[in-house]
Amino acid sequence: MTSAGVRLEGLRRQFGSLRALDGLDLDMAPGELVALLGPSGCGKTTALRILAGLEDADSGRIVVGGKDIANVPANRRDMGMVFQAYSLFPHLTAAENVEFGLRLRRQNAATRRQRAREVLELVGLGAHGDRYPQQLSGGQQQRVALARALAIQPQVLLLDEPLSALDAKVRVQLREEIRRIQLEVGTTTLFVTHDQEEALAIADRVGVMRAGRLEQIGSPEDIYRSPATPFVAEFVGLSNRLPGRVTGDVVEVLDAKLPLVGAVHSGPVTALVRPESVDVTADPTGTGRVVAVSFLGPTARVTVSLPDDAIVVAQLESARLPELPPGTPVRVILRPVPVVVSP
Amino acid sequence: MAGLRQRRARRQSVLRWVVVTLFGVLFLLPLFAMLEFTTRGAGGSLSFETWRVFFDWAALGETYPILWTGMKASFWLVLLSVALTLVLLVPTVVWVRLRLPRLRRLVEFVSLLPLTIPAIVLVVGLAPVYAWVVYFVGGSSVTLFFAYTILALPFAYRAIDAGLSAIDVRTLSEAARSLGAGWATVMWKVVLPNIRSAVLSAAFLTVALVLGEFTIASLLNRDNIQVAINQLGKSSATMSVAVSLAALVLAFALLFLLSFAGRRRHRERKTS
Repeated sequence: MTSAGVRLEGLRRQFGSLRALDGLDLDMAPGELVALLGPSGCGKTTALRILAGLEDADSGRIVVGGKDIANVPANRRDMGMVFQAYSLFPHLTAAENVEFGLRLRRQNAATRRQRAREVLELVGLGAHGDRYPQQLSGGQQQRVALARALAIQPQVLLLDEPLSALDAKVRVQLREEIRRIQLEVGTTTLFVTHDQEEALAIADRVGVMRAGRLEQIGSPEDIYRSPATPFVAEFVGLSNRLPGRVTGDVVEVLDAKLPLVGAVHSGPVTALVRPESVDVTADPTGTGRVVAVSFLGPTARVTVSLPDDAIVVAQLESARLPELPPGTPVRVILRPVPVVVSP
Repeated sequence: MAGLRQRRARRQSVLRWVVVTLFGVLFLLPLFAMLEFTTRGAGGSLSFETWRVFFDWAALGETYPILWTGMKASFWLVLLSVALTLVLLVPTVVWVRLRLPRLRRLVEFVSLLPLTIPAIVLVVGLAPVYAWVVYFVGGSSVTLFFAYTILALPFAYRAIDAGLSAIDVRTLSEAARSLGAGWATVMWKVVLPNIRSAVLSAAFLTVALVLGEFTIASLLNRDNIQVAINQLGKSSATMSVAVSLAALVLAFALLFLLSFAGRRRHRERKTS
């Protein structure tokens, strides 16, 4: 396995009046799994397709393994790709699909069969090699597609929302499997998704994209706990938008003084506070009132109405729900974790 | 309730058979009449002489040289028309789907045009073109395949377009490209195997069209099987009818194969 580092420098791509990429820069270390996360139209799929050679960039550099491959056609880039849509060749069996890339590399039949068996075993479908795509479930088809992409031992593995057509349970199973396999084979992997849970669960680093640029890139924990901008704070996870006032290096919100992420001018702001940073306790003298409760299994979301029609959502252990039925007067306490503010 | 349903099912079954029988009579009666005519000997006796000559190709060539010429021309016309139609249409339609989707409606419109233009009008337009064709490649009847390819476009386009609509050409070709396939490999190893029955349909429809075409060949003074049948009708009615019957049976057989290919494709897709 020859895993390579990837560097995208100042990638730009315009589709008519739409600017899909606006100077995207991204560095990936060999063997790293980076997830590009963002809303529809932010340019994440365009970035991946440009890296794959399926789209051309208007300008910018694409360096893989130290070589600029901007002018190398897709079929010579040595990248494995798994698509959002089912992409297995319908006229070939699972094993023949996996052998397709090896056949193009003129490997002999015995080597091809051996390699196909290995990668199908790797994705847990060793016994399904003789089945046609129509005889496989959606999850199995995507596993075969992953096996097919890995069979050619690519320098870079590209995953373009490969789980989005699957049902929730299969998605979770398969994303964990993708991570296990990626760690096992050590291929540099770019994973594009609009599902934050997916990105946070399996990536070494998550890049949040907005309007063709990286808004922030960092470890999943950094992205979640220390969002660099209000957009990242709102896009990744839930946030309460609470009015506050910045004084020095703290922001005053609901009578609490919270540390700030980054430097901000003093004055009135909107603080973005995570639901798990909010605590709620039943208190007959409290100014808040529980208006709704959502049971989420081990945790629960409690929505509290405050004076001035402000609404705050708290995420608590569901064991505490009996003490907080709707209508209960409560006191809202904010934990002193750093928060992002927007003007 | 069950009795009412049974009575209705029986009525529908009877109606179905009546319709099938009527259509059968309508289609088969002329064919039987043709067969009877070609096997009618002297004094109304049964004779297979016409068919014996028909299948004895050496004798056929000697006795009816015009028919032999027409059959040979039609054979080559079928081959060349099918080849040119597929070579032109399949890559074009695939390329338009992959790279120029905005041109799809235009290509469809252009492909359907020959259907809306009467053959006589086409001939008026084709005559000066064929003056140049004669100048460059000679006046052989086989050169009609250029015109027949245009005539076959509407049918072949529909068949191939339907085949491509049934698969995700873009994703399949991109998957193949990412695995290392060049465009030729994408076409041969990925796209064509998945639209095989559509390509077969297009080929069969082209064959049926070429075997049945008379107007353009006749008006441009070229020979094909239909022109030969028409001329033969003036000197040997039985052989003319025998050849017509054979051509009809061949066309029916092709259409049957076509529907068989379509059913097979449908069944394959349902296996899941």
